[in-house]
Amino acid sequence: MAFTPHTESDVREMLAAIGAASLNELFDEIPENLRAGPLQLADGLSEMETVRHLRGRAAQNRPLTCFAGAGAYEHYIPAAVWEIAQRGEFYSAYTPYQPEASQGTLQVLYEFQTMMASLMGLDVSNASLYDGASALAEAILMALRANPKTRRVLIPKTVNPIYRRVAATLIGRQGIELQELPLDPATGRMAPETLDGFEPGSVGAVVIPQPNYFGLLEDADALTDASHRLGALVIGLVTPVATALLQPPGTWGEQGADIACGDGQPLGAPLSGGGPYFGFLCCRQQWVHHLPGRLVGATTDLEGKPGFTLTLQAREQHIRRGKATSNICTNQGLMATAATIHMALLGPDGLRRVALQCHENTRKLRDRLCAVPGVEAVFQGPFFHETALRLPRPAGEVLAGLAERGILGGCDLSGDYPELGNGLLVCVTEMRSDEDIEAYAQALTDTL
Amino acid sequence: MSNLPSNLKYAKSHEWALAENDGTVRVGITDFAQQQLGDLVYVELPAVGAQVKAGSACAVVESVKAASDIYSPVSGEIIEANAALKDAPEAVNQDAYAAWLFRVRPADLSELDALLDAAGYQAVAEAAD
Repeated sequence: MAFTPHTESDVREMLAAIGAASLNELFDEIPENLRAGPLQLADGLSEMETVRHLRGRAAQNRPLTCFAGAGAYEHYIPAAVWEIAQRGEFYSAYTPYQPEASQGTLQVLYEFQTMMASLMGLDVSNASLYDGASALAEAILMALRANPKTRRVLIPKTVNPIYRRVAATLIGRQGIELQELPLDPATGRMAPETLDGFEPGSVGAVVIPQPNYFGLLEDADALTDASHRLGALVIGLVTPVATALLQPPGTWGEQGADIACGDGQPLGAPLSGGGPYFGFLCCRQQWVHHLPGRLVGATTDLEGKPGFTLTLQAREQHIRRGKATSNICTNQGLMATAATIHMALLGPDGLRRVALQCHENTRKLRDRLCAVPGVEAVFQGPFFHETALRLPRPAGEVLAGLAERGILGGCDLSGDYPELGNGLLVCVTEMRSDEDIEAYAQALTDTL
Repeated sequence: MSNLPSNLKYAKSHEWALAENDGTVRVGITDFAQQQLGDLVYVELPAVGAQVKAGSACAVVESVKAASDIYSPVSGEIIEANAALKDAPEAVNQDAYAAWLFRVRPADLSELDALLDAAGYQAVAEAAD
């Protein structure tokens, strides 16, 4: 994209052309408290002085060894992933979807869709959405378009609380009832019998997290079948790395999940202060018309040469306006590009080995931490790469103590799940060594 | 100009209506409309049993480049939708007068009188072309 500076007089001219008196008036619609304030920087610094100042500030950050997950996961990203993704052809292009000029990007997104659909065991994938939480909201809207008999959706309390809040915000004004399924404090999972209490035909969709927010594996087969008996569509909310090891949503129960969604961050996007991440959304062929977002298809041109192009565009907002399948226009093309390269480099077997190592390390950490006096596992039962612990003191205090010892010790559960007591959610990926795990156990012993 | 059977009534919004012997009305889109839209890829049909009003949108046809509302030419109850179009929307491109979209049991058959005849619609279509 061109660097286009504008002078004060350029700005005045532009404001005059659109009839705004000032920049503030132009941004009138944005509430005052949401606008970015001035930077905390002295005026008139040279570029060199600014860089020195910012580097000094950055150096005050203390790197912590990460044992936190809860929706964002630190995985090893091969150096080639971003070396390739940052090529100018991928990195700088804006809405690069014109087939006559963008075959490379379209082919990458086609490969992305193919890999995601294959990983989820479903037929179709879109070319990405904002993030996992908005992908869940879109999955719910999509399920109710495909199954319009009722506006009730069941969402268990074992779904990431942030995802539940985002979904409620995005769909709350559309007459949709998000009914929360309570947490069984004994198992931390959703009992399939819970679904038997609903009248067949009274539920449009059921969200099944796998693994759930506590890292536990749900009985996805029984839940899927019970949901289908109710006439509901099944939305599998999954961690893509776990799916390399577990049964893909498309194979759950007798008919499989109808839709799968989640956050693709673990597939090659670094943890960088909360984003950018990307959402993925896959479904069965029969629901493709209800699937929001871009779809890239393969075709042949007049000379018989292979080519790629966006397809089913009539569902999109530039043609359908208010009746579009979604009016969130943006996808995360660059993140999807990185994920495609990441998956291509690892291959199905590499991804599976990453998943196995994550699980193995989490098992080690859980055993080691539960040997620390006063620490116990909150739930029994199979888990993937995350587990909930109960501490003898409030988790917030313990996390502060661990941070002083160089460890990001997990996520405090007490805000969202006070019924669990001093709950702490810990996670270990393939990035942690036995020494890291031992260091955590020592630091926890010292902190408590 | 495209094919315009004289036994049909036409709406300015490019639907045709066929009054059948049993008092019901069969509705589709005109040959002119399908030519303008290009290859249809999807048809969203009204639910059987739904009440529709003359001139209100009750179905959608999508081509590769446009999505268009379909307006019922008469008020009444939807008694049938052409489910075969779900899997074969291209049938509308092949024969717009055979590939009907839905059937209505009208509340008031005289609403048909307000619609155009073939010559009247031809003038509308030529102006739009």
